[in-house]
Amino acid sequence: MVSITVLIEIFIASLLPFNIALASILGMCPLIAISTNVTNAKGMGLAVVLVTTLTAAINWPIYEFLKWSGTDTLDLLVFMITIAASVQFLELAMQKFLPALYNAFGIYLPLITVNCIVLAVSLFFVNYDYGFLETVVFALGSSLGWAFAIVLLSGIREKLSVIADLPRGLKGKAIAFVLLGILALAFIGFAGIARVDPIQ
Amino acid sequence: MKKFLVRLNYKKWFNVLRDGIARNNPIVVTVLGICSSLAVANMVENAIAMGIGVTLVTMLSSAFIALIRNLIPSQVRMVTYMVVISTFTIVFEMFLKALTPEIAERLGAYVGLIITNCIVMGRAEAFAVKNPVRYSTIDAFASGMGYTFVLIVMSVIRELLSNGSILNIQLLGADWINWTIFAIAPGGFFVISLFIWGLRVWLKYYEE
Repeated sequence: MVSITVLIEIFIASLLPFNIALASILGMCPLIAISTNVTNAKGMGLAVVLVTTLTAAINWPIYEFLKWSGTDTLDLLVFMITIAASVQFLELAMQKFLPALYNAFGIYLPLITVNCIVLAVSLFFVNYDYGFLETVVFALGSSLGWAFAIVLLSGIREKLSVIADLPRGLKGKAIAFVLLGILALAFIGFAGIARVDPIQ
Repeated sequence: MKKFLVRLNYKKWFNVLRDGIARNNPIVVTVLGICSSLAVANMVENAIAMGIGVTLVTMLSSAFIALIRNLIPSQVRMVTYMVVISTFTIVFEMFLKALTPEIAERLGAYVGLIITNCIVMGRAEAFAVKNPVRYSTIDAFASGMGYTFVLIVMSVIRELLSNGSILNIQLLGADWINWTIFAIAPGGFFVISLFIWGLRVWLKYYEE
Protein backbone atom coordinates (compact mmCIF):
# COMPACT_ATOMS: atom_id res chain seq x y z
CA MET A 1 0.00 0.00 0.00
CA VAL A 2 1.46 3.36 -0.99
CA SER A 3 1.33 6.12 1.55
CA ILE A 4 -0.69 9.25 0.87
CA THR A 5 2.41 11.47 1.03
CA VAL A 6 4.01 9.60 -1.87
CA LEU A 7 0.84 10.06 -3.92
CA ILE A 8 0.73 13.78 -3.16
CA GLU A 9 4.39 14.14 -4.12
CA ILE A 10 3.85 12.33 -7.41
CA PHE A 11 0.87 14.57 -8.10
CA ILE A 12 2.75 17.81 -7.38
CA ALA A 13 5.87 16.66 -9.22
CA SER A 14 3.98 15.71 -12.38
CA LEU A 15 1.88 18.89 -12.22
CA LEU A 16 4.60 21.51 -11.77
CA PRO A 17 8.34 20.75 -11.96
CA PHE A 18 8.02 17.81 -14.36
CA ASN A 19 5.15 19.30 -16.35
CA ILE A 20 4.56 17.03 -19.32
CA ALA A 21 4.25 19.91 -21.81
CA LEU A 22 6.95 22.24 -20.53
CA ALA A 23 9.58 19.81 -19.24
CA SER A 24 9.06 16.66 -21.34
CA ILE A 25 7.92 18.59 -24.45
CA LEU A 26 4.98 16.33 -25.26
CA GLY A 27 1.59 16.99 -26.84
CA MET A 28 2.96 19.87 -28.92
CA CYS A 29 0.73 19.55 -32.02
CA PRO A 30 -2.57 20.32 -30.23
CA LEU A 31 -0.81 22.69 -27.82
CA ILE A 32 0.28 24.91 -30.72
CA ALA A 33 -2.78 24.41 -32.90
CA ILE A 34 -5.55 24.98 -30.36
CA SER A 35 -4.01 27.63 -28.09
CA THR A 36 -5.21 30.63 -30.09
CA ASN A 37 -8.13 31.33 -27.73
CA VAL A 38 -8.82 30.52 -24.10
CA THR A 39 -12.25 28.90 -24.51
CA ASN A 40 -11.01 26.26 -26.95
CA ALA A 41 -7.92 25.67 -24.81
CA LYS A 42 -10.08 24.95 -21.76
CA GLY A 43 -12.23 22.48 -23.72
CA MET A 44 -9.20 20.65 -25.07
CA GLY A 45 -7.54 20.61 -21.64
CA LEU A 46 -10.60 19.08 -19.99
CA ALA A 47 -10.96 16.44 -22.68
CA VAL A 48 -7.29 15.48 -22.30
CA VAL A 49 -7.57 15.19 -18.50
CA LEU A 50 -10.58 12.91 -18.88
CA VAL A 51 -9.13 10.63 -21.56
CA THR A 52 -5.58 10.39 -20.14
CA THR A 53 -6.70 9.44 -16.64
CA LEU A 54 -9.24 6.95 -17.94
CA THR A 55 -6.89 5.21 -20.39
CA ALA A 56 -4.03 5.02 -17.89
CA ALA A 57 -6.39 3.34 -15.42
CA ILE A 58 -7.49 0.87 -18.12
CA ASN A 59 -3.98 0.25 -19.44
CA TRP A 60 -2.47 -0.62 -16.06
CA PRO A 61 -4.37 -3.93 -15.52
CA ILE A 62 -3.92 -4.76 -19.21
CA TYR A 63 -0.15 -4.31 -18.91
CA GLU A 64 -0.13 -6.52 -15.80
CA PHE A 65 -1.89 -9.18 -17.87
CA LEU A 66 0.64 -8.79 -20.71
CA LYS A 67 3.51 -9.18 -18.24
CA TRP A 68 1.84 -12.25 -16.75
CA SER A 69 1.41 -13.85 -20.18
CA GLY A 70 4.94 -12.87 -21.30
CA THR A 71 3.86 -10.78 -24.30
CA ASP A 72 4.89 -7.37 -22.99
CA THR A 73 6.84 -6.52 -26.16
CA LEU A 74 3.43 -5.90 -27.71
CA ASP A 75 2.60 -3.20 -25.16
CA LEU A 76 2.66 -0.36 -27.72
CA LEU A 77 0.17 -2.04 -30.02
CA VAL A 78 -2.18 -2.95 -27.18
CA PHE A 79 -2.01 0.53 -25.62
CA MET A 80 -2.87 2.15 -28.94
CA ILE A 81 -5.88 -0.10 -29.40
CA THR A 82 -7.07 0.58 -25.85
CA ILE A 83 -6.73 4.32 -26.37
CA ALA A 84 -8.54 4.32 -29.72
CA ALA A 85 -11.30 2.09 -28.39
CA SER A 86 -11.86 4.05 -25.17
CA VAL A 87 -11.95 7.38 -27.02
CA GLN A 88 -14.55 5.93 -29.39
CA PHE A 89 -16.53 4.49 -26.49
CA LEU A 90 -16.35 7.74 -24.51
CA GLU A 91 -17.62 9.62 -27.55
CA LEU A 92 -20.61 7.30 -28.01
CA ALA A 93 -21.45 7.26 -24.29
CA MET A 94 -21.28 11.05 -24.01
CA GLN A 95 -23.38 11.52 -27.12
CA LYS A 96 -26.07 9.33 -25.53
CA PHE A 97 -26.02 10.40 -21.87
CA LEU A 98 -24.38 13.84 -21.71
CA PRO A 99 -25.20 15.59 -25.00
CA ALA A 100 -24.44 19.07 -23.58
CA LEU A 101 -20.91 18.09 -22.58
CA TYR A 102 -20.50 16.23 -25.88
CA ASN A 103 -21.33 19.38 -27.83
CA ALA A 104 -18.93 21.39 -25.69
CA PHE A 105 -16.07 18.99 -26.46
CA GLY A 106 -16.95 18.92 -30.15
CA ILE A 107 -14.06 17.84 -32.34
CA TYR A 108 -11.47 17.66 -29.55
CA LEU A 109 -12.37 14.19 -28.38
CA PRO A 110 -11.48 12.23 -31.57
CA LEU A 111 -8.33 14.35 -31.95
CA ILE A 112 -7.03 13.04 -28.65
CA THR A 113 -6.41 9.56 -30.06
CA VAL A 114 -3.27 10.87 -31.74
CA ASN A 115 -2.24 13.09 -28.83
CA CYS A 116 1.21 12.05 -27.70
CA ILE A 117 0.59 12.57 -24.02
CA VAL A 118 -2.11 9.92 -23.68
CA LEU A 119 0.29 7.26 -24.96
CA ALA A 120 3.26 8.86 -23.17
CA VAL A 121 1.63 8.59 -19.74
CA SER A 122 0.94 4.91 -20.38
CA LEU A 123 4.53 4.32 -21.48
CA PHE A 124 5.97 6.28 -18.54
CA PHE A 125 4.14 4.25 -15.90
CA VAL A 126 5.61 1.12 -17.47
CA ASN A 127 9.12 2.62 -17.21
CA TYR A 128 8.74 3.69 -13.59
CA ASP A 129 7.08 0.49 -12.32
CA TYR A 130 4.17 2.34 -10.78
CA GLY A 131 1.33 0.60 -8.94
CA PHE A 132 -2.31 1.27 -9.81
CA LEU A 133 -2.94 4.23 -7.48
CA GLU A 134 0.37 5.86 -8.37
CA THR A 135 -0.45 5.45 -12.07
CA VAL A 136 -3.83 7.14 -11.72
CA VAL A 137 -2.40 10.01 -9.67
CA PHE A 138 0.50 10.42 -12.10
CA ALA A 139 -1.90 10.46 -15.07
CA LEU A 140 -4.16 13.00 -13.39
CA GLY A 141 -1.23 15.24 -12.45
CA SER A 142 0.38 15.10 -15.88
CA SER A 143 -2.81 15.80 -17.77
CA LEU A 144 -3.81 18.63 -15.42
CA GLY A 145 -0.32 20.03 -15.96
CA TRP A 146 -0.83 19.90 -19.72
CA ALA A 147 -4.22 21.60 -19.39
CA PHE A 148 -2.58 24.27 -17.20
CA ALA A 149 0.10 24.86 -19.82
CA ILE A 150 -2.35 25.18 -22.72
CA VAL A 151 -4.57 27.62 -20.80
CA LEU A 152 -1.55 29.76 -19.82
CA LEU A 153 -0.24 29.77 -23.38
CA SER A 154 -3.60 30.61 -24.93
CA GLY A 155 -4.10 33.51 -22.51
CA ILE A 156 -0.76 35.01 -23.48
CA ARG A 157 -1.31 34.43 -27.20
CA GLU A 158 -4.76 36.02 -27.07
CA LYS A 159 -3.35 39.20 -25.48
CA LEU A 160 -0.29 39.17 -27.71
CA SER A 161 -2.30 39.03 -30.92
CA VAL A 162 -3.96 42.31 -29.97
CA ILE A 163 -1.08 44.38 -28.64
CA ALA A 164 2.13 43.07 -30.20
CA ASP A 165 3.69 44.20 -33.46
CA LEU A 166 5.72 41.18 -34.47
CA PRO A 167 8.01 40.54 -37.47
CA ARG A 168 6.11 38.66 -40.17
CA GLY A 169 8.09 35.44 -39.94
CA LEU A 170 7.66 35.24 -36.18
CA LYS A 171 3.86 35.40 -36.27
CA GLY A 172 1.79 32.38 -35.37
CA LYS A 173 3.71 29.26 -34.53
CA ALA A 174 7.20 30.66 -34.08
CA ILE A 175 6.15 33.12 -31.38
CA ALA A 176 4.18 30.35 -29.66
CA PHE A 177 7.44 28.43 -29.26
CA VAL A 178 9.21 31.50 -27.84
CA LEU A 179 6.39 31.83 -25.30
CA LEU A 180 6.63 28.14 -24.45
CA GLY A 181 10.37 28.55 -23.88
CA ILE A 182 9.78 31.42 -21.45
CA LEU A 183 7.06 29.43 -19.65
CA ALA A 184 9.40 26.45 -19.43
CA LEU A 185 12.11 28.68 -17.93
CA ALA A 186 9.60 29.85 -15.34
CA PHE A 187 8.63 26.27 -14.52
CA ILE A 188 12.26 25.38 -13.79
CA GLY A 189 11.73 27.56 -10.74
CA PHE A 190 9.47 24.85 -9.30
CA ALA A 191 12.30 22.32 -9.42
CA GLY A 192 12.87 22.13 -5.67
CA ILE A 193 9.21 21.67 -4.79
CA ALA A 194 9.06 17.86 -4.85
CA ARG A 195 11.58 15.31 -3.68
CA VAL A 196 10.51 12.47 -5.97
CA ASP A 197 11.60 12.48 -9.56
CA PRO A 198 8.85 10.83 -11.60
CA ILE A 199 10.62 11.49 -14.88
CA GLN A 200 14.24 10.47 -14.68
CA MET B 1 24.12 18.20 -67.15
CA LYS B 2 21.76 21.17 -67.31
CA LYS B 3 19.47 19.25 -69.63
CA PHE B 4 19.40 16.41 -67.14
CA LEU B 5 18.44 18.76 -64.31
CA VAL B 6 15.64 20.29 -66.37
CA ARG B 7 14.33 16.88 -67.30
CA LEU B 8 14.45 15.87 -63.66
CA ASN B 9 11.82 18.51 -62.90
CA TYR B 10 9.26 16.56 -64.92
CA LYS B 11 9.88 13.28 -63.18
CA LYS B 12 7.29 12.45 -60.55
CA TRP B 13 9.71 10.81 -58.14
CA PHE B 14 11.94 13.88 -58.12
CA ASN B 15 9.05 16.25 -57.40
CA VAL B 16 7.81 14.04 -54.60
CA LEU B 17 11.30 13.96 -53.09
CA ARG B 18 11.87 17.71 -53.32
CA ASP B 19 8.47 18.60 -51.88
CA GLY B 20 9.03 16.42 -48.84
CA ILE B 21 12.47 17.77 -48.01
CA ALA B 22 12.04 21.46 -48.78
CA ARG B 23 8.67 22.82 -49.84
CA ASN B 24 6.45 20.79 -47.54
CA ASN B 25 9.01 20.14 -44.83
CA PRO B 26 6.81 18.72 -42.07
CA ILE B 27 8.37 20.65 -39.20
CA VAL B 28 8.87 24.05 -40.79
CA VAL B 29 5.69 24.46 -42.78
CA THR B 30 3.08 22.55 -40.84
CA VAL B 31 4.87 22.23 -37.46
CA LEU B 32 3.90 18.59 -37.10
CA GLY B 33 5.53 15.77 -35.27
CA ILE B 34 7.98 17.51 -33.01
CA CYS B 35 6.34 16.15 -29.88
CA SER B 36 8.23 12.91 -29.81
CA SER B 37 11.65 14.33 -30.62
CA LEU B 38 12.27 17.82 -29.29
CA ALA B 39 12.98 16.54 -25.79
CA VAL B 40 15.63 14.04 -26.89
CA ALA B 41 17.18 16.11 -29.71
CA ASN B 42 19.73 17.63 -27.34
CA MET B 43 22.54 15.37 -28.61
CA VAL B 44 23.42 14.67 -32.23
CA GLU B 45 23.52 10.89 -31.60
CA ASN B 46 19.97 10.89 -30.27
CA ALA B 47 18.76 13.04 -33.14
CA ILE B 48 20.24 10.69 -35.73
CA ALA B 49 18.72 7.63 -34.04
CA MET B 50 15.34 9.31 -33.77
CA GLY B 51 15.50 10.54 -37.38
CA ILE B 52 16.35 7.08 -38.68
CA GLY B 53 13.53 5.64 -36.61
CA VAL B 54 10.91 8.05 -37.92
CA THR B 55 12.14 7.68 -41.53
CA LEU B 56 12.14 3.89 -41.39
CA VAL B 57 8.77 3.60 -39.69
CA THR B 58 7.23 6.10 -42.12
CA MET B 59 8.70 4.32 -45.16
CA LEU B 60 7.73 0.82 -44.09
CA SER B 61 4.23 1.74 -43.02
CA SER B 62 3.60 3.89 -46.10
CA ALA B 63 4.80 1.08 -48.37
CA PHE B 64 2.68 -1.47 -46.55
CA ILE B 65 -0.43 0.72 -46.55
CA ALA B 66 0.06 1.49 -50.26
CA LEU B 67 0.33 -2.25 -50.88
CA ILE B 68 -2.98 -3.05 -49.21
CA ARG B 69 -4.71 0.26 -50.04
CA ASN B 70 -7.41 -1.39 -52.14
CA LEU B 71 -8.28 -3.83 -49.39
CA ILE B 72 -8.78 -1.31 -46.55
CA PRO B 73 -12.43 -0.31 -46.02
CA SER B 74 -12.46 3.47 -45.62
CA GLN B 75 -14.45 3.40 -42.35
CA VAL B 76 -11.78 1.50 -40.45
CA ARG B 77 -8.71 2.94 -42.18
CA MET B 78 -7.49 4.89 -39.13
CA VAL B 79 -7.43 1.79 -36.98
CA THR B 80 -5.64 -0.09 -39.74
CA TYR B 81 -2.96 2.64 -39.91
CA MET B 82 -2.52 2.51 -36.14
CA VAL B 83 -1.98 -1.25 -36.15
CA VAL B 84 0.50 -1.11 -39.05
CA ILE B 85 2.44 1.82 -37.56
CA SER B 86 2.54 0.28 -34.07
CA THR B 87 3.88 -2.97 -35.48
CA PHE B 88 6.74 -1.27 -37.32
CA THR B 89 7.52 0.92 -34.30
CA ILE B 90 7.81 -2.17 -32.11
CA VAL B 91 10.15 -3.71 -34.70
CA PHE B 92 12.33 -0.57 -34.72
CA GLU B 93 12.36 -0.41 -30.91
CA MET B 94 13.59 -4.02 -30.71
CA PHE B 95 16.31 -3.31 -33.32
CA LEU B 96 17.50 -0.24 -31.44
CA LYS B 97 17.62 -2.12 -28.13
CA ALA B 98 19.70 -4.85 -29.74
CA LEU B 99 22.09 -2.61 -31.72
CA THR B 100 22.76 0.36 -29.46
CA PRO B 101 21.48 -0.33 -25.95
CA GLU B 102 22.86 2.93 -24.53
CA ILE B 103 21.03 5.13 -27.05
CA ALA B 104 17.86 3.07 -26.57
CA GLU B 105 18.22 3.64 -22.83
CA ARG B 106 18.56 7.41 -23.32
CA LEU B 107 15.61 7.67 -25.71
CA GLY B 108 13.48 5.55 -23.38
CA ALA B 109 9.75 5.91 -23.87
CA TYR B 110 10.23 8.43 -26.68
CA VAL B 111 10.87 5.66 -29.24
CA GLY B 112 7.38 4.31 -28.62
CA LEU B 113 6.02 7.80 -29.20
CA ILE B 114 6.96 7.55 -32.90
CA ILE B 115 3.49 5.98 -33.23
CA THR B 116 1.79 9.25 -32.34
CA ASN B 117 4.16 11.25 -34.53
CA CYS B 118 1.77 13.08 -36.81
CA ILE B 119 4.10 12.71 -39.81
CA VAL B 120 3.75 8.92 -40.03
CA MET B 121 -0.03 9.01 -39.87
CA GLY B 122 -0.17 12.12 -42.05
CA ARG B 123 1.82 10.53 -44.90
CA ALA B 124 -0.34 7.39 -44.73
CA GLU B 125 -3.57 9.39 -44.91
CA ALA B 126 -2.47 12.07 -47.37
CA PHE B 127 -0.36 10.04 -49.79
CA ALA B 128 0.07 6.30 -49.32
CA VAL B 129 -3.61 5.44 -49.37
CA LYS B 130 -4.08 6.70 -52.93
CA ASN B 131 -0.67 6.15 -54.58
CA PRO B 132 1.31 3.09 -55.71
CA VAL B 133 4.01 1.56 -53.52
CA ARG B 134 7.09 3.13 -55.14
CA TYR B 135 5.88 6.76 -54.96
CA SER B 136 4.59 6.24 -51.43
CA THR B 137 7.98 4.96 -50.34
CA ILE B 138 9.80 7.93 -51.92
CA ASP B 139 7.32 10.36 -50.40
CA ALA B 140 7.74 8.82 -46.95
CA PHE B 141 11.53 8.85 -47.35
CA ALA B 142 11.47 12.55 -48.29
CA SER B 143 9.30 13.51 -45.33
CA GLY B 144 11.46 11.48 -43.00
CA MET B 145 14.63 13.09 -44.38
CA GLY B 146 13.17 16.59 -44.07
CA TYR B 147 12.38 15.78 -40.47
CA THR B 148 15.79 14.24 -39.76
CA PHE B 149 17.52 17.28 -41.27
CA VAL B 150 15.71 19.67 -38.92
CA LEU B 151 16.43 17.44 -35.92
CA ILE B 152 20.13 17.22 -36.72
CA VAL B 153 20.54 20.97 -37.25
CA MET B 154 18.78 21.63 -33.94
CA SER B 155 20.76 19.04 -32.05
CA VAL B 156 24.08 20.36 -33.41
CA ILE B 157 23.25 23.81 -32.02
CA ARG B 158 22.02 22.41 -28.74
CA GLU B 159 24.87 19.96 -28.14
CA LEU B 160 27.50 22.55 -29.06
CA LEU B 161 26.10 25.15 -26.67
CA SER B 162 25.22 22.83 -23.81
CA ASN B 163 28.27 20.55 -23.90
CA GLY B 164 30.82 22.18 -26.20
CA SER B 165 30.87 18.99 -28.27
CA ILE B 166 29.39 17.42 -31.39
CA LEU B 167 28.87 13.66 -31.54
CA ASN B 168 30.70 13.51 -28.18
CA ILE B 169 33.85 15.03 -29.73
CA GLN B 170 34.92 18.01 -27.65
CA LEU B 171 35.19 21.02 -29.98
CA LEU B 172 35.21 24.03 -27.71
CA GLY B 173 38.12 24.55 -25.35
CA ALA B 174 38.28 24.11 -21.59
CA ASP B 175 37.39 27.74 -20.92
CA TRP B 176 33.99 27.28 -22.55
CA ILE B 177 31.17 27.52 -19.99
CA ASN B 178 28.34 25.10 -20.74
CA TRP B 179 24.87 26.55 -21.27
CA THR B 180 22.97 23.77 -19.54
CA ILE B 181 19.68 25.47 -20.43
CA PHE B 182 20.10 24.31 -24.04
CA ALA B 183 20.11 20.64 -23.03
CA ILE B 184 16.66 20.92 -21.42
CA ALA B 185 13.22 22.02 -22.54
CA PRO B 186 13.53 25.85 -22.75
CA GLY B 187 16.58 25.58 -25.01
CA GLY B 188 14.66 23.25 -27.32
CA PHE B 189 11.78 25.69 -27.56
CA PHE B 190 14.03 28.68 -28.27
CA VAL B 191 16.10 26.88 -30.91
CA ILE B 192 13.06 25.57 -32.79
CA SER B 193 11.36 28.97 -32.75
CA LEU B 194 14.44 30.66 -34.19
CA PHE B 195 14.74 27.87 -36.75
CA ILE B 196 11.13 28.23 -37.89
CA TRP B 197 11.48 32.01 -38.01
CA GLY B 198 14.65 31.86 -40.12
CA LEU B 199 13.33 29.32 -42.58
CA ARG B 200 10.02 31.12 -42.96
CA VAL B 201 11.76 34.35 -43.83
CA TRP B 202 13.95 32.45 -46.29
CA LEU B 203 11.10 30.52 -47.94
CA LYS B 204 8.76 33.55 -47.76
CA TYR B 205 6.16 31.37 -46.07
CA TYR B 206 4.17 33.51 -43.65
CA GLU B 207 1.00 33.05 -41.66
CA GLU B 208 -1.10 36.09 -40.87
